[in-house]
Amino acid sequence: MLNNESGYIKKDLPASVVKLGTVLFIFGLILGIVGFVIEPVRASYSYLVAFMFLVSIGIGSLFLVALEYIAGADWSTPFRRISEFLASSLPILIVLAIPLILSLHSLFHWSHTEVINEDPILKGKSPYLNSTFFIIRVIVVFGLWSFFYYLLTKNSRKQDTSGDQKLTKKNIVISGIFIPLFAITISVSAIDWLMSLEPHWFSTIFGVYYFSGSVWASLAAITLIVILLKDKGYLGPRLNNDHYYSLGTLLFTFTCFWGYIAFSQYMLIWYANLPEENFWFLMRWSNGWEYFSVILILAHFIIPFGALLSYPAKTNPRRLKFMSVWILVMHYFDLYWLAMPNLNNNGNGYIFSWVDFVFPIGVVGLLILIFNMNAKKYNLIPVRDPKLQKGLDFTLH
Amino acid sequence: MSNNKNLYGVTALFDNADEIINAAREVAKAGYKNFDVNTPYPVHGMDRAMGLKRSMVGFVTTFLGFSGTAFILLFAFWTMSIDYPMVIGGKPFFSFPAFIPITFETTVLLGGVSTVIGLLAMFASLPSNNHPLHDTDYMKAVSADKYGIVIEADDTNFDEIEVTGFLQKLGGKKIHSINKPVKENYPVLQPRFITFLIVVALLVSALTYITLNKVVYIEPFNWMTEQDKVTAQEKSVFYADAFGMRKPVEGTVAKGYLPYPYKGQLNPVETLPNPLLPTKEVLELGKKKYLAFCSPCHGTFADGDSHLRGQFPNPPTLHSQRGRDFSDGMIYHIMVNGQNIMPSYESQTTSEERWAIVHYIRALQRAKNARLTDLEEVKKEPVVNAE
Repeated sequence: MLNNESGYIKKDLPASVVKLGTVLFIFGLILGIVGFVIEPVRASYSYLVAFMFLVSIGIGSLFLVALEYIAGADWSTPFRRISEFLASSLPILIVLAIPLILSLHSLFHWSHTEVINEDPILKGKSPYLNSTFFIIRVIVVFGLWSFFYYLLTKNSRKQDTSGDQKLTKKNIVISGIFIPLFAITISVSAIDWLMSLEPHWFSTIFGVYYFSGSVWASLAAITLIVILLKDKGYLGPRLNNDHYYSLGTLLFTFTCFWGYIAFSQYMLIWYANLPEENFWFLMRWSNGWEYFSVILILAHFIIPFGALLSYPAKTNPRRLKFMSVWILVMHYFDLYWLAMPNLNNNGNGYIFSWVDFVFPIGVVGLLILIFNMNAKKYNLIPVRDPKLQKGLDFTLH
Repeated sequence: MSNNKNLYGVTALFDNADEIINAAREVAKAGYKNFDVNTPYPVHGMDRAMGLKRSMVGFVTTFLGFSGTAFILLFAFWTMSIDYPMVIGGKPFFSFPAFIPITFETTVLLGGVSTVIGLLAMFASLPSNNHPLHDTDYMKAVSADKYGIVIEADDTNFDEIEVTGFLQKLGGKKIHSINKPVKENYPVLQPRFITFLIVVALLVSALTYITLNKVVYIEPFNWMTEQDKVTAQEKSVFYADAFGMRKPVEGTVAKGYLPYPYKGQLNPVETLPNPLLPTKEVLELGKKKYLAFCSPCHGTFADGDSHLRGQFPNPPTLHSQRGRDFSDGMIYHIMVNGQNIMPSYESQTTSEERWAIVHYIRALQRAKNARLTDLEEVKKEPVVNAE
């Protein structure tokens, strides 16, 4: 299909992409199964981290799609499809969650009824933290996300053939309903999957913490893919420095936002120094985890802050590409830091295991495969979107 | 070059954004540097069309922002750890996380404020509030619905006729030459006006002060100042004897105070032994207190040779045989009770300080009455000597 305005010509992604995705995915899958057989508890924790990474990218991307509609943004319209493709992991999350639900007892302390009866705090929380209600929440949350993913992308794809402007208006309404629900559901899943690993601990900002990281990682994924596709000529010739600059600015903004939220969480707990809260940070400041914490501060906040501060850094595609990969790795590291210390919460500290490296490879493979599948079926650019022309003409000054 | 010296520049108006972008590009291409574009709203792509470089303001903001970071961290360190250390919530004096919010605020504040001030200083040549383009039909048009360009006369390539022709060729309408306004003198800076301002400021302050504090004084909040408790020297309505300040129970001993058993006896049969050892600290304390309380009469070296000699019944030397024969407890007793004209020093010194003074007096007495054998004693103690 040829569109003269955008200069976009639909091409299939090269076969090497499929090959790479398949190899990575199969590699991750097989070694993951081996991991589950050899070290089931460790593997379930590692798989949880990888799973939450996939959730981050999926729901963060869908949030960015909805944000574009509701804010009336036009600069990101030329690559909105990339967010849509990345969000297409949302419908399969429920399937991917099955191994986690099966290993609920090794992951979550609160899922043992005999433990709850002896622990008055967990007993008080048990109306919320119990296996049945947990599974119901998982189904409802992932169901809602898949439903909104379906609605938003269906209208967007229909527009490619019909060019109907009413579809954009419809999507604006859908986004308006989705965003408040998103705020609640992302907090619920962050609390369910990550915070309840340590059921005695609580932090009211935890949902926002997970949100900041997930949007950050989604933006990085989008930036990386946009630059790769643009360089290879799949996105048409019209994207310019100002598009990169805006993506870089958003990356920078969310770097600061994450730092702000992470520090807010830390400072209140540090200041009050109450034993029912501070043990969570003390756990991450002892037995080898302190190195992880220091790396998190440096590599998750300070280095991206410095690297993305200047104008040239945000417009140079090579540097932006490097930073995107860096950010994706750091988001994975952040999730690892959130989840893994609970594995040995009797004070054993960090123990190295090869299992931790298997699942991220599988997840990356899976994302490549999903993306390629979508890219085969649909246009990489919403060719008849009414905002597309303005998005292509986008300049900052 | 037959340029009018009073000329500011030549203006031209265009009808839409595309025309003005094109005109700006052509003017830049023709080699003009000092020209400007005025549009009713920011036109995208204008920076590039005019060939403008990226503004350097970002560097000013970054530099001053980080100066703010450094300043406030040093300031917090100095105030909280050096000048006035305070324990807050059991945290260390320099507790970094607690200073992060203020560091963030100061970074943003200094960066932001300095950017605004920098921009004002650079672009608005204060105190002038005038510009040659003010009050012209050109400015009225570009504030409404036209797009204007002005080529300034101080450009090196400027020639009035040539520029007018050039702008005409580009499709500009209503091409005007604009003259510089007559040089202003600022009535704001005249002494009479400044005096007037000062007088008004003083008058307003004085009137406000008198009105609020003398004429209609209203106590804003009295919750803390008016309380039901009995304050010092106040009459009590509760006790029958109406004393607000109660006497302590019979036999009460103040904290840190040891009652002296032989108080008031002129020649006590018994005295107390000295509870302190003559360590270096004790002797230093004794010296300090001796110089403060004893030396004004007895003299710095206890010779009785102070400034009071001859004006008073002479204060005695403490090196007399009688003085040296006093037991430690007797000297202590004299300090508590006083002797002849010497008053009691019980309220000025604590028990420990008095015993330290006794040790110091003993040291002075020993020094004044040294024997030859003492020198040999000193030789026997090389460690003490080395010190």
